[in-house]
Amino acid sequence: MNNPILKKWLLIGASFIAVAVIYFGCQQSKDVVSGDVASQVYVAPGSYDEFYLFASGGFSGQIAVYGLPSGRHFKTISVFSQNPETGYGYSEETKAMLNTSYGFNPWDDAHHPEFSMTDGVPDGRFIFINANNTPRVARVDLSTFETKEIIEIPNSAGNHASPFVTENTEYIVASTRFSLPIPNADVPIASYKENFKGTISFIHLDPKTEMMNLAFQILVPGFNYDLAHAGKGPSHDWAFFTSYNSEGANTLLEINASQNDKDFVAAVNWKLAEQYVKEGKAKTYSAEYYRNYYDDNKHLAISTKNNEVKVLDPKDCPGMIYYLPTPKSPHGVDVDPTGEYIVAGGKLATVIPVHSFTKFMKAIEEKKFDGEINGIPILQYDAVVAGEVKDPGLGPLHTEFDGNGYAYTSAFISSEIVKWKIGTWEVVDRIPTYYSIGHLCIPGGDSKSPWGKYVIALNKITKDRYLPTGPEVCQSAQLIDISGDKMKLLLDFPTVGEPHYAQAIPSELLMKNSKKFYKIEENQNPYKTGSEKDSRVERNGNDVHVYLTAMRSHFSPDNIEGIKVGDNVYFHVTNLEQDWDIPHGFAVKGLNNSELLIMPGETKTTLWKPTKLGIYPFYCTDFCSALHQEMQGYVRVSPANSSVQLSYSLGNTEKK
Amino acid sequence: MKKIIKSMSCISIALVFTFILSACGDSGNDESANFNKTKTVNTNPNGLTDFEMENGIGPVKQKLELGAIDPALVKKGEAIFVQKCASCHKLDQKYVGPAQRDVIKRRTPEYIINMMSNPEEMYKRHPEAKKLLAQYLTQMPNQNLNFEESRAILEYFREVGK
Repeated sequence: MNNPILKKWLLIGASFIAVAVIYFGCQQSKDVVSGDVASQVYVAPGSYDEFYLFASGGFSGQIAVYGLPSGRHFKTISVFSQNPETGYGYSEETKAMLNTSYGFNPWDDAHHPEFSMTDGVPDGRFIFINANNTPRVARVDLSTFETKEIIEIPNSAGNHASPFVTENTEYIVASTRFSLPIPNADVPIASYKENFKGTISFIHLDPKTEMMNLAFQILVPGFNYDLAHAGKGPSHDWAFFTSYNSEGANTLLEINASQNDKDFVAAVNWKLAEQYVKEGKAKTYSAEYYRNYYDDNKHLAISTKNNEVKVLDPKDCPGMIYYLPTPKSPHGVDVDPTGEYIVAGGKLATVIPVHSFTKFMKAIEEKKFDGEINGIPILQYDAVVAGEVKDPGLGPLHTEFDGNGYAYTSAFISSEIVKWKIGTWEVVDRIPTYYSIGHLCIPGGDSKSPWGKYVIALNKITKDRYLPTGPEVCQSAQLIDISGDKMKLLLDFPTVGEPHYAQAIPSELLMKNSKKFYKIEENQNPYKTGSEKDSRVERNGNDVHVYLTAMRSHFSPDNIEGIKVGDNVYFHVTNLEQDWDIPHGFAVKGLNNSELLIMPGETKTTLWKPTKLGIYPFYCTDFCSALHQEMQGYVRVSPANSSVQLSYSLGNTEKK
Repeated sequence: MKKIIKSMSCISIALVFTFILSACGDSGNDESANFNKTKTVNTNPNGLTDFEMENGIGPVKQKLELGAIDPALVKKGEAIFVQKCASCHKLDQKYVGPAQRDVIKRRTPEYIINMMSNPEEMYKRHPEAKKLLAQYLTQMPNQNLNFEESRAILEYFREVGK
């Protein structure tokens, strides 16, 4: 092999073979299971991914949508945070989506996307996500990939154990990470043990209107409630919530909330709770909270304020809630596809405890209790536990299931995924993650029938995995093949914001319902301009309404005069296009707001308050056509006392 | 010798790429593939059938029975025209697109519907549509009219073109 010529020839031959392999791999990528990792994640240009992945954007307050197996980023869905890319939360039509009882709230921290389910399987209608900081739950419509509804949760702080759904999306759950005085009150913080309480909330999804309504809350002891999952199959009527800080610490929780050997999984019989509400056992508390709903025909968000909520006290409601002792500051709680096993990730524990629903029921029957707290019976650990997974890695957090009898648990401290067998509780495989995995996701992995082909690791730390980008480096996901006995790392890809949790669903379940444009005939926005003929400018005192239409490649009108310093100028822009993927954008010089991005058939409004005289150009911000650069106009702004008359025109046609 | 090897490796890479390109052309569902298929039954140098030359390429594949002008349909067509077309078309004035009062005299009814329903393909393949694009420089957007809607607009054109 010392002959350089021979080497070159070998190189040529090898490159030939390599390209041929890639080529054939591309043609047959769906069938090939080989040592060639690249072919398993390569989605050829123009081809579609097999799954959609919806990952929370964490402190970006949004949801990011990716394809699997490629890891390509398709869209960022605006949810709890203003989004200058789309004008969400900036435009007059969408601002109301961010109304809360604390006023307009332009940001939040979104953690857990959760699909709506039918018969315990993701049905592709909606994805829900929680806001942690100012407690809210959002419903995103998966035909438009837009936020459809946001409901605020009163009597809550740190809405973390949320928004997990029951088997047929009867309810979406929420609960308090931070306990508080309920109703909130001006009390010494040191009076925590006396005054602070938690709540567990059940939001009802109306099966007809598909709107959310806060049905009832349950008052619970002042622990920190952390995560949740609803039961399924035999455990259909139940929902499970982890809690920590059963110590009731209000300072230095790092030490003070880690004293007890066991905290609790709270098991709530929501069917019975529903019954107790019907029987009038709930007390009505006054509580201010908003529900914001986006009407797809009006292209307009409408806020309504609610003033009361029904609250159940476990003392009045026997059998509604039990505590399952669980070591040690448990974090995730996950229910296996059969609905029998309830897995808790004790982040400081050395084992993963798995509770049995059958044993739980039997223990209630046989009254195997170990005291009670505030009317909530505590069951004996040995009476409910089915088994413990030994040596599960350090810091076990969350578990998802592959539907083939195996569970996959993320271990934060040891940065790995641990695969174990349900029933024998033995660890069968483990794979390192890079680094510090939080949640993990198997498509449908918290449902009755997972699509157990991949597990996605959602990592907190990525230092040294990507090109450095200063002190802030990206968070990331890792795609791992779980179709064989051994897990196999396929791909790293960066994410937008922190991907706390993510859920994935086969593409075919969503693609067929994806909306392409809004029908202009169905647009009922009060400021719609239905045709270019109706485009106009109207003055009402200091308010000027510009009814602008957009069509490739002009606005109508595009010359506007008679605007004065001090006016409130509302640009109501209607996109008259009726074709897929033709949004128009709008911005005017000096606009103290984001652009508008107007989908075909939509109307969107931005408010502009000119403060200085002069000529102000406006233009289309989203490249729309060959003559996009011609899609522009001018506004003349005159002094407040000017006699310039209001006028507007397009082309040679004076419109007034 | 080194030079020869270098050029050999260039050739081998070129061959590989040619192979990939030609192989990828076999996917059977891209525009050019469709184009080639149609070509085999073509009867004129533009690659279109005689019917397509006269009546355009789109959902209408045979002559329509139009009957007398229906005033209700005219009204419906006018409303759709005003909402979805009038940003760019006036009746008597060349605008973003051509004046439309006499379109019914310039084109067959079938051509009008096919052009409204299938502008992308018309601009790519039909010599008349290509000529218009060269003249007006802006492509007519697809407004996703269904057959009933485009039929109503046609009725409006029949009325105004009388």
